[in-house]
Amino acid sequence: MELIVARTEGLYCPPGNFYIDPWQPVDRAVITHGHSDHARLGSNYYLTAVPGAGILRKRLGEHIRLETLEYGHVINHHGVTLSLHPAGHVLGSAQVRLEYKGEIWVASGDYKLEDDSTCAPFEPVRCHTFITESTFGLPIYHWPPQAELTSDINAWWRDNAAHQRTSVLFCYAFGKAQRLLAGLDAEIGPILVHGAVEPLNQVYREAGVKLPPTQYAGALTDAAQLRRSIVLAPPSAQGTIWMRRFGDYADGFASGWMQLRGTRRRRGVDRGFVVSDHADWPGLQQAIAATGAERVFVTHGQINVMVRWLRERGLDAQAFATEYGEEEAESTLAVASADDASSSSNTTEPA
Amino acid sequence: MKAFADLYAELDASTSSNAKLAAMQDYFRVTPHADAAWAVFFLCGGRPRQLVPTKLLRELAVKSSALPQWLFEECYSAVGDLAETVSLLLPPSEHGSTEGLAPWVESRLLPLRGIEPEEIVPRLLPLLQQLDRRSKLVCIKLITGSFRVGVSKLLVIRALASFGKLDPKRVAQRLVGYTDLSARPTAASFQRLITPVSDNGEDEHDGGQPYPFFLAHSLQLPVEEFAAQIGPPNDWQIEWKWDGIRAQLVKRKGQLWIWSRGEELVTDRFPELAPLAGHVSDGTVLDGEIVVWKDGQLQSFALLQQRIGRKTLNARLLEKVPVAMLVYDLLEWEGEDWRQRPQSVRRVQLEQIVMQCAQPQLQISALLHGEDWQDLARQRASSRSLGVEGMMLKSKAAQYGVGRTKDVGVWWKWKIEPYTVDAVLIYAQRGHGRRASLYSDFTFAVWDAPADVAGRRLVPFAKAYSGLTDDEMRQVDAIVRKTTVEKFGPMRSVTPTMVFELGFEGIALSSRHKSGIAVRFPRMLRWRQDKPLAEADTLDTLRALLPAVEMQPATPQGELKELW
Repeated sequence: MELIVARTEGLYCPPGNFYIDPWQPVDRAVITHGHSDHARLGSNYYLTAVPGAGILRKRLGEHIRLETLEYGHVINHHGVTLSLHPAGHVLGSAQVRLEYKGEIWVASGDYKLEDDSTCAPFEPVRCHTFITESTFGLPIYHWPPQAELTSDINAWWRDNAAHQRTSVLFCYAFGKAQRLLAGLDAEIGPILVHGAVEPLNQVYREAGVKLPPTQYAGALTDAAQLRRSIVLAPPSAQGTIWMRRFGDYADGFASGWMQLRGTRRRRGVDRGFVVSDHADWPGLQQAIAATGAERVFVTHGQINVMVRWLRERGLDAQAFATEYGEEEAESTLAVASADDASSSSNTTEPA
Repeated sequence: MKAFADLYAELDASTSSNAKLAAMQDYFRVTPHADAAWAVFFLCGGRPRQLVPTKLLRELAVKSSALPQWLFEECYSAVGDLAETVSLLLPPSEHGSTEGLAPWVESRLLPLRGIEPEEIVPRLLPLLQQLDRRSKLVCIKLITGSFRVGVSKLLVIRALASFGKLDPKRVAQRLVGYTDLSARPTAASFQRLITPVSDNGEDEHDGGQPYPFFLAHSLQLPVEEFAAQIGPPNDWQIEWKWDGIRAQLVKRKGQLWIWSRGEELVTDRFPELAPLAGHVSDGTVLDGEIVVWKDGQLQSFALLQQRIGRKTLNARLLEKVPVAMLVYDLLEWEGEDWRQRPQSVRRVQLEQIVMQCAQPQLQISALLHGEDWQDLARQRASSRSLGVEGMMLKSKAAQYGVGRTKDVGVWWKWKIEPYTVDAVLIYAQRGHGRRASLYSDFTFAVWDAPADVAGRRLVPFAKAYSGLTDDEMRQVDAIVRKTTVEKFGPMRSVTPTMVFELGFEGIALSSRHKSGIAVRFPRMLRWRQDKPLAEADTLDTLRALLPAVEMQPATPQGELKELW
């Protein structure tokens, strides 16, 4: 029996009569995480993991009818046993485990394997059928370890500060920004954020995630301090007049797409830092193997590649058409949209 | 090798010229001269002939990563750069080698050329695995001869000049020929680049060293504004803009050298110029254009193309496509550098030299005259039928400068407008380098019949990939993805929806193209979002652009006749 099928409204569980991350309004929606291509307005009832509640309310509104579930806790809906398990993607992100008549399916949403301290680490869940993303489903993608990444960013910032140049680091406002903030060495200088980033920092802090002190970029007027500071801003701020206040700044871009020289150069920034909330190629392979699943559905990203690769490895792999930024993932547009399509709607700084 | 890879990463990372200059100077300061010599060679665009066939590099990547071939190809298509793809797919390794660029190039990489194919992979893999990922990328780029990083030769010259506290022009002069294919830079050659100027203030010309070429700026003004902006025609030495191969002819100590604008020594490719050695005196350097010249007449560039790139020239080809050099400047005379003398003075002496030489392979570029700019514009209108690209305007007072500069005088190129047609985008392919994974290389088609013919079809006739802004490129990329009909490898066919105005420089019949027509330098001029598909041009429009008759000779005008 198929526990999850692709319908026009989204991924649907027939015996349970609910959807997972639907892209059209439905009655009941289980939300894996708060990025806007996964969490959309208009459904009657929402269910998400406890740590994700703050984000979801921030993005979909305080009025939504939202129920939350602790990671690992089990509920039963029309005979389907449902539980949520950490996906390691962003704060509150969850894999959805469904069990019905001895059959176990896991829909993983977006996930990443490496632990980064700003969200609960990915937890492998055994299942018969696994639904995986494939954003970075090519063997050219392999991320440097977190420690190397943070030390690279701090070294870049320190060097710029020594040359009295502001460091502007472009990154997605939700998830990536907080993860990068957590690794910054506040001894180097002031940490400034764009107006799109700070409200999300607030949500993270309220959820008990430790972040260094931050302030709005507009609030710091001391020019000498400004030149020692690092600024976290969404990619949509690049090239806008908002940037003028930083004078002759150095800029960097933090994204998995920065692995490729071509994408980095197209971005036109001084530095690319290779970091993603999504699993790299080894991560995808490891995650899929750890589930023990014999059947794998592949969604957004390098679907054809992953399906063929998994089939050649003896798995029953199939494509699942979804609307999670499909196809765009391989284009440059993806640089702005795949990691977090939501940042663009939220980038104007308060006066 | 690591120091050079770090330099590469730094140059590649920055978008600021000052940061790049600083990075190069730091590198020169701490690097042994033997390594720096090779670094300058590669940074200035020098490339040894390919050392390892790309097929073997693919094989190396596939074998060592244990990936299927198809997956390698998928990766390559996403990355858009072979060296980068291979460097990303080789197993990760710690950097173990402490040796510099020179030992790497000379005793490890260069010897790879010509060894048995089956020995290359077992030999190359352990070499690459001594390097970290960054150095691997650079090393493979050196092997494939595709090394390029965002610095211009001019920037390297500036870095060397400020490192050696020299005039950049001096360094440019010393660098000429440095990247020639046969060059093997050594510590001494680097030393020579940065050594202080000797007491007499002149560098000695060893052998066949040419001078840096002086390049023209393009003049984009309506002809009505010429007089106000650049003065009367009488201030200018006016010539046709020849469509050939820019070259310098150097004659010293009984020997003759021909250098192309890419500072490549091409003497051997033009054997018909060799006899000039006996007719031009020692200590002479001439600047001009190599063109196909038959029976006293200029022939089309298409003919010259048949010779370009041929390694061996047979007698038949030499007879069919003979060349001559059309000279237009004098850079050295009787061993003396004449570049600081005014254009008009150089011209007078040049005419003397050509007349005394009296060989058909050495022609002078005729001067053009006009009452006013309008008159010249009328003459320029015949450019296409004469087989030239427009006119050159050289300030009579101009010195011969270095590169594309205007500080000691100016040369303008007053080019004719390109041919244009409105064509339909029908195939798209992902680009390379900065455009990797963007659909940016397009095939364009025109209709095979007028609009009233039912069932008419689009016939492909040209490929183009330049001319769009980054923003337009992104939009077109998105449309290509949305309108894809079929994918074949890296190529997609699309539902035709987009019309572009294409510009090109030349057009000729061709049996190798489906449309029967080949165009030269096609590029996109404009995205015609206003133009419906049905109004794109037809094959007949293209055919009408073909030269009606064989080309008229461009020479029987001006003063050439008087010289003969």
